[in-house]
Amino acid sequence: MTMTMGIDFLVLMKQEWMVIAILFILLFIKVSGDDWQNKNILKLVSILLFINLITGFFWYRNGILFNEMFKTNHLIVTEKNILSLGTFIVSLQSYSWLKNNKQIIEFYLLLLSTLLGMFFMISAGNLLMFYLGLELSSIPLAALANFDLEKRKSGEAAFKFIISSAFASGLLLFGISLVYGTTGTLTLSALSEHLDGSPLQIFAFILLISGFGFKISAVPFHLWTADVYEGSPVTVTSYFSVISKGSVLFVFVTVLYTAFKSYAVTWNHILFILSVLTMVTGNLFAIRQNNLKRFLAFSSISQVGFILIGMSGQSQAGTASVVYFILIYTFSNLGAFGVISLVSAYSGKENMEEYKGFYKTNPRLSWVLAISLFSLAGIPPTAGFFGKFFLLMAGAGQGNYLLITIAALNMVISLYYYLKIIKAIFMDTNENPIDRLLTAPAPKLALIICTTGILLTGFVGYIYEYIFSMSTIF
Amino acid sequence: MVSLIGASVQFIFSFGLLFEYWKERTSGNGAQFLFDFNISWFEPLHIHYHVGIDGISLAMIMLTAFVVIAGILVSWTQETLYKEFFFLLLILSAGAYGYFISLDLFTLFFFLELAVIPKFMLIGIWGSGKKEYSALKLALMLMAGSALVFVGLIGLYFNTDINGAHSFDLVEISQMHVSTTVQNTFFPLAFIGFGIFTALFPFHTWVPDGHSSAPTAASMFLAGISMKLGGYGCLRVATYLMPDAAHHYAPVIILLSTIAIIYGAFTTMMQKDLKYINAYSSISHCGFVLLGIGMLTQTSITGAVLQMVSHGLMTALFFAAIGMIYSRTHTRLTEQLGGLLKVLPFISTVFVMAGLCSLGLPGLSGFVAEMTIFMGSWQNPDQWYRLATILACASIVVTAVYILRAAGKSVMGPIRNVQYNHLMDAGWNERLAAGILITGIVAIGVAPFWLYNLITPGTEYIIQHVGKAITLK
Repeated sequence: MTMTMGIDFLVLMKQEWMVIAILFILLFIKVSGDDWQNKNILKLVSILLFINLITGFFWYRNGILFNEMFKTNHLIVTEKNILSLGTFIVSLQSYSWLKNNKQIIEFYLLLLSTLLGMFFMISAGNLLMFYLGLELSSIPLAALANFDLEKRKSGEAAFKFIISSAFASGLLLFGISLVYGTTGTLTLSALSEHLDGSPLQIFAFILLISGFGFKISAVPFHLWTADVYEGSPVTVTSYFSVISKGSVLFVFVTVLYTAFKSYAVTWNHILFILSVLTMVTGNLFAIRQNNLKRFLAFSSISQVGFILIGMSGQSQAGTASVVYFILIYTFSNLGAFGVISLVSAYSGKENMEEYKGFYKTNPRLSWVLAISLFSLAGIPPTAGFFGKFFLLMAGAGQGNYLLITIAALNMVISLYYYLKIIKAIFMDTNENPIDRLLTAPAPKLALIICTTGILLTGFVGYIYEYIFSMSTIF
Repeated sequence: MVSLIGASVQFIFSFGLLFEYWKERTSGNGAQFLFDFNISWFEPLHIHYHVGIDGISLAMIMLTAFVVIAGILVSWTQETLYKEFFFLLLILSAGAYGYFISLDLFTLFFFLELAVIPKFMLIGIWGSGKKEYSALKLALMLMAGSALVFVGLIGLYFNTDINGAHSFDLVEISQMHVSTTVQNTFFPLAFIGFGIFTALFPFHTWVPDGHSSAPTAASMFLAGISMKLGGYGCLRVATYLMPDAAHHYAPVIILLSTIAIIYGAFTTMMQKDLKYINAYSSISHCGFVLLGIGMLTQTSITGAVLQMVSHGLMTALFFAAIGMIYSRTHTRLTEQLGGLLKVLPFISTVFVMAGLCSLGLPGLSGFVAEMTIFMGSWQNPDQWYRLATILACASIVVTAVYILRAAGKSVMGPIRNVQYNHLMDAGWNERLAAGILITGIVAIGVAPFWLYNLITPGTEYIIQHVGKAITLK
């Protein structure tokens, strides 16, 4: 009994154990006081994260631990794999930024703690466990936002993030406590039977949605996003926009489709309004941005709007399209951020005007950036086209053609601002363009992974099929 | 160089395809689509990569092959960023080929959008004049068009029921009856969406700006192929799959296309820039395509396809000639040109031939196509439809006015600028390009039956479909 129990512990929580192991290895290095060179630490961490990614693909098991506090299945493992992949890419990209940073180990300790928190959050079978994971993932994030210690903006970003995040957590906790008060349970799988639609429960539900809304920066809960994204170091911003957001979206899907299944009509309406607001606001603000980080912040807000459309669909197609899109979004957004972080690390330039004539000096990086932006805009043959198409298809499955039309027209608006950057890079001339950048092998590898992902994911129909087949289990 | 070889291979392949097609047909293969190839792409959603051709798509493929090879020959001397230039041209042509052979609406939509962004890049990077503005306008309007198409297709998809599942498959959808309400809801979306691509009035405004700013080869592609994407979509997707609605909305289509024809013709008269002349006349000519589709008779739809091919070749030739003139004289204004026939005999002849084709001179393809459309339209006994036909016929006179005037001003008469005396006539690549396109035009003009026979089986299917819809009422 204890024997199988032990194996269960190891296998079901394999990804968590891996991250904990990496954390301890880094901690030992730090404590031992050996003088490791940054280069070697970066190499070591990259290798460890790669191993972490690979182990994710083996020993799939469905199972429940600790009285449904922790559950796992194929879908959850895949979601964690996507996050591991994203973290791996982010870590490769941070190479040029962290090369000379004294606190490199602390950076990775914080980064991996958040990853661990997200893993627990995704695997949570209980609202309390979910909350625990969420806090573990968001508090170190605030420290990460402050990682450019000498920059004031970075501190401001961290402060804004911690306050808004604490507020969102407060809303969530209040919602959770009301749920517990009215139903007497916090277990997600049991919750749906106990919900009877009493006003207090509806209130709790709205609080929960607002809490989630904060975390995924859906309009009108998005106000913290732009400042935090702009102030944080580029690498952290990319981590924020892709991995942190993605993990909350994964949980959001599960919570809506399992615990609040009986409220489907209610949350369909809520999602409709939220998604339209999010898309339109995100798009309109993105048009006016000049700083590329801020710009990507708003563009990522509008992307969330599209994801919410996918969520409003039927459960299987909806879940599949959301997970599939986040995989693609990881590639595309990290591709775009990868180029921007390189430029920012070498020249400190982050404004759109400064990118004029970028193609003349850096043709390859320009193409990578262009492909990533096209993918974000949903232009074939990039993967973003397929991702968006399936999201909208999932949304249309409910017969909500008005929403689809609004979304399709929003894609045109979003294309406008993506094309504006393309125009600056390829068509405009500039007297002192950004110098030719020499890319170190690690960020280059990251960009290659992203580009390959963007170009191939759509054509390999098997990936979607695989995600779709898993999306039945909750 | 590589791209030329590639384009030549495409060119030869398309001829090979033509002969294979004829062989199959003459050997008694009566299937609707030949060379059917179907492979699952996203199985859970029943999305397949399904391609095959019938006469209509084959005609469009031939057109694409002609224009692509001519476009690449014309831009032979491209110097700045030539690799990127040809790369984008080839992506564009890949989009067009893929689009014409698609039998799955997802595949079709994929290729349709694939062809948009290369145009933006081509115009924005290598264009002239207010290129960024034109490029953005074109890309955004076309994307808006494809957004509407998208909603139309999705709506169609979710209202299909093939063995209990939804389907994007063109053949499968055509064999089932989609309810009339659904058709009436989604037909306008799809038709207007495709219509934007083919300069449906009042969504034609991208055409003049886009064409005039584009580099020569891109103009040829834009007018020659890309506007045909829309016409083909209107026919193959909107009309074929939603025949009830096509019948229902026919008056609107005819009204809009008649306005486009007349408006386009009169606006052209006011233009002084050669590229604008051709762009506006394209609006008028593409109006004929939509008119033919809207009339819903066998002859008129055949005429619409003929017109698509003919206009594609003719306008590509026209833009090629304008590009050749511009690259030598650095002006496209008719007033500043003049007497070019004396110094640039070959180019001027090409220019005049394209013009004559445009105004419908017998013996060239324009005459055949427009004649067929008018005959087909007249078969429709409704008096308002006949009025539209008469008006459309009358626009030919206007066409003759602007074409002859443009030709007269720019190539005839005395040489207005002494520097023109030293201009060099066309090089080998330009002669070859023009030769290929003229061959196509003359081949259709002198012996239209081969193309006619090619297209007819395809249009018969469509007409049967529409006929069924009408009798059902």
